[in-house]
Amino acid sequence: MAQITLIEAVTQALAYEMAHDDSVVVLGEDVGVNGGVFRATQGLQEKFGELRVLDTPLDETTIAGVTVGLAVAGMKPVAEAQFEGFIYPMMEQIACHAARMRNRTRGRLTVPAVWRAPWGGGIRAPEHHSEANEHLFTNIPGLRVVMPSSPARAYGLLLAAIRDPDPVMFFEPKRIYRQYKEEVPDDGEALPLDVCFVLRDGTDVTLVSWGAQVKEALEAADALAAEGISAEVIDVATLTPLDFDTIAESVQKTGRCVIVHEAPKTAGFGAEIAARLAEECMYDLLAPVERVTGFDTHIPLFRLEMKYLPNVERVVDAAKRTLAAS
Amino acid sequence: MTIAAKFEIEYLQYLDAEGKQVRDDLPEFAKDLEHMVKLYKLMLSTRVFDAKSIALQRTGKLGTYASCLGHEAAHVGIGSAMRPEDVYAPSYREYGAQLYRGVQPREVYMYWGGDERGNDYQQEPARHDFAWSVPIATQCLHAAGTALAFKIRGEKRVAVCTIGDGGSSKGDFYGAINIAGAQNLPLVAVIVNNQWAISVPRKIQSGAPTLAQKGIAAGLFSIQVDGNDIIAVRKAMEDALERARNGEGGSVLELVTYRLGDHTTADDARRYRGEQEVKDGWEKEPMKRLRHWLVAKGVWDDAKEEAWKAECDDWMDNEVNAYLETKTQPVSAMFDYIFAEIPADLAKQRDYVLSLENKGH
Repeated sequence: MAQITLIEAVTQALAYEMAHDDSVVVLGEDVGVNGGVFRATQGLQEKFGELRVLDTPLDETTIAGVTVGLAVAGMKPVAEAQFEGFIYPMMEQIACHAARMRNRTRGRLTVPAVWRAPWGGGIRAPEHHSEANEHLFTNIPGLRVVMPSSPARAYGLLLAAIRDPDPVMFFEPKRIYRQYKEEVPDDGEALPLDVCFVLRDGTDVTLVSWGAQVKEALEAADALAAEGISAEVIDVATLTPLDFDTIAESVQKTGRCVIVHEAPKTAGFGAEIAARLAEECMYDLLAPVERVTGFDTHIPLFRLEMKYLPNVERVVDAAKRTLAAS
Repeated sequence: MTIAAKFEIEYLQYLDAEGKQVRDDLPEFAKDLEHMVKLYKLMLSTRVFDAKSIALQRTGKLGTYASCLGHEAAHVGIGSAMRPEDVYAPSYREYGAQLYRGVQPREVYMYWGGDERGNDYQQEPARHDFAWSVPIATQCLHAAGTALAFKIRGEKRVAVCTIGDGGSSKGDFYGAINIAGAQNLPLVAVIVNNQWAISVPRKIQSGAPTLAQKGIAAGLFSIQVDGNDIIAVRKAMEDALERARNGEGGSVLELVTYRLGDHTTADDARRYRGEQEVKDGWEKEPMKRLRHWLVAKGVWDDAKEEAWKAECDDWMDNEVNAYLETKTQPVSAMFDYIFAEIPADLAKQRDYVLSLENKGH
C-alpha cells in the first residue's frame, strides 16, 4: 500500500467520493488543469471532466454563493478557497446562507457543501497566505469546522465532511501538507465528525491542540516523557460541534491542561475550551489552564513567522508550569 | 477608427400608461384574452394581499413588511412565464411571482410575523424555490449555482433571480451574471428597477444609462422592459427562459417600474422624495393600463372588478385567520433545524431551555 502525504490524502478522498457519488463536484480558482495551487485537485479534471472539476472566475464571493446554489439544487459541492486569508469575501454566503438555510426554511432546503481552505503559517508564504482564522467560523451556528492533522485523518474526515448533510469548513494545515507520509487505505471509510482524537495517553497533563500544532504537541509530549512527565495529547480535529466530553475526561484524569493553537490568543477557540474547563472541570484542575497560542498580532511576514507560531519549547514550558503549580 | 465591439439596449413596451397598444405584434399569450384576464386577476389579488399585509402591520399583527405596491406587473409577469420545474430565487418583495408559484399568503404573513415556518413553502413548485433572501443580491449566486447544477445534470431547467436597482450594485449580482456568461448557464437575472433603494435614488446607484447594460459586460442578452406593462414583462421573460432552456445562454432583464409605497413599513418615504414624483408614479402604475386594455377588449368591467376584489378579500381574510390561528412554535424549534441531527452539546442547551419552560420562566 502506498504511503501518502496529507495533501495526497485530500486528493485521494476527493477522487474516491467523486467516483462513488455523481453529485460531488469540485470548484474553485485553479482547481482544473493546474490541479490547485497546492495540487490538492491534481488529476481530478482529467478523470471527471471540466464540469465536475470547475475552474471558476476569480471571485471568492462567486465561489461561495454558487456553492450554496449547487448544494440546494441537489449537488454536493466541494469549494476551494485558495488560501484562508482570501476567505473573507465568502463569509457572507457561508454565515448568512449556508449555515442558516436549514434553520430558516425549517429543513426544507439544506446546504450539504464543503469549503476547503489551506490554513495557517510556516511555509514562508506572502502576506495574507498564512492566516489562522478558524475561530471566526466556530462561532457560527449551523456550521461544522474541521481541521485534520494527519494524512489518515485528512482522508477520513474529508469523506465525512462531503457526506455530511450540513455545511462544513475544512481547514487544511498547509505547513504539514507534505511533512510526512503514512499508509492511508483508499477504502472509503469516513471518520466521525463529532469526536476528538486521543493521540497519546498520559496521566500528568493534557495537551489539547488541532491542525499543524498537533505536531508540536506530540513532540512536546516526547520531550516531557524524557523528563518523566506523562502527557496526554488530544487532537480536536472537529472543532464544532465540540466533543468536550473527551477533553473533560482527560482533564479529570490529569488535572492539568495546556491548549495549543496557532490563531491569536484573545477569543481564539482555546478560550472556549478554557471556559468550558472552568465551568465543568474547575474542581478537577490542579493548576491554572495554560494557553500556548499565536499572539494578538497579525502573523508577521516570514522572517519572523516562526517566532509567532507556538513551538515545542513554549508547550513544554507551559506544561511544566502546570506541574510546578501543584 | 476600428470598433472592437458594439452594443445596444432594446426597450420593450406593448401597452403605454393609458393602456394603448404601442405595437401590433402582440405575443401569442396576449392574444388569449382569457389568460390576460387571469393575469390581471392575479395582479389585483397581489394588490389586495399587499394592502391586507400593511393593515396587519399597522394593527400590530405583523412585524416589518416590505410592500410590493406598484410591482404587480413585474412580479406576475415573472411568475407566470416560469415553468414549474424552474427555480426562483427572489428578494423580499416579489409576492406576485411567489403567489403564482404556490407560496400562500399565510406563509408570507408567518415569516413577517416572526415565524420561520413561513419559509417552509408547502405547495409546489414554490416548495423547491428559494425562500426570499434578505441580504442584498446574494440570491443571484444561489440562482447561478442552481443553473450550474442544471447544466451539470443536463436538465432543461432555468434558474431565475430578482434583485432591485440597488441590488445591481453588488458584487454578488456581477459575480452571478459573470459566471453565467462564462459558463453559458441557464440563468435569468431580473433587475426590478423601482427607482429607489430605501432612500437612495437610482442615479446614485450607477452612472450607466441603463441597468440592463450591465449584462452586456457579462456577455448576456440584455434588455430594458417597461416593468409596468405585463405584456412586455411576460414576453421578455418568455424569450429569456426559452433561450436559457435551449442552452443559448442567460439574460439580464431590467424592468423599469416605480415603488409606490415605502421601502418597508419601518420606512417613511416622505422624508426623501417629493409628492409630484409619486403622483407621476401613480400615472404609470401597472393595473390601470391593463384594466383599460381589457375593458376596451370587452372582457372586463366594473362589476367583474368588484366581484373579484370581494373574492380576494375573502381569500385574504381566510389566509389572515389561518395565520393568526397558528400557534407559536415550541421553544425547542430554535434548536431543531441547526443541523440534520442535533449534536450532543447543542442538545444540552436545548434541554436547559426546556427546563426553564417547565419552570414557567
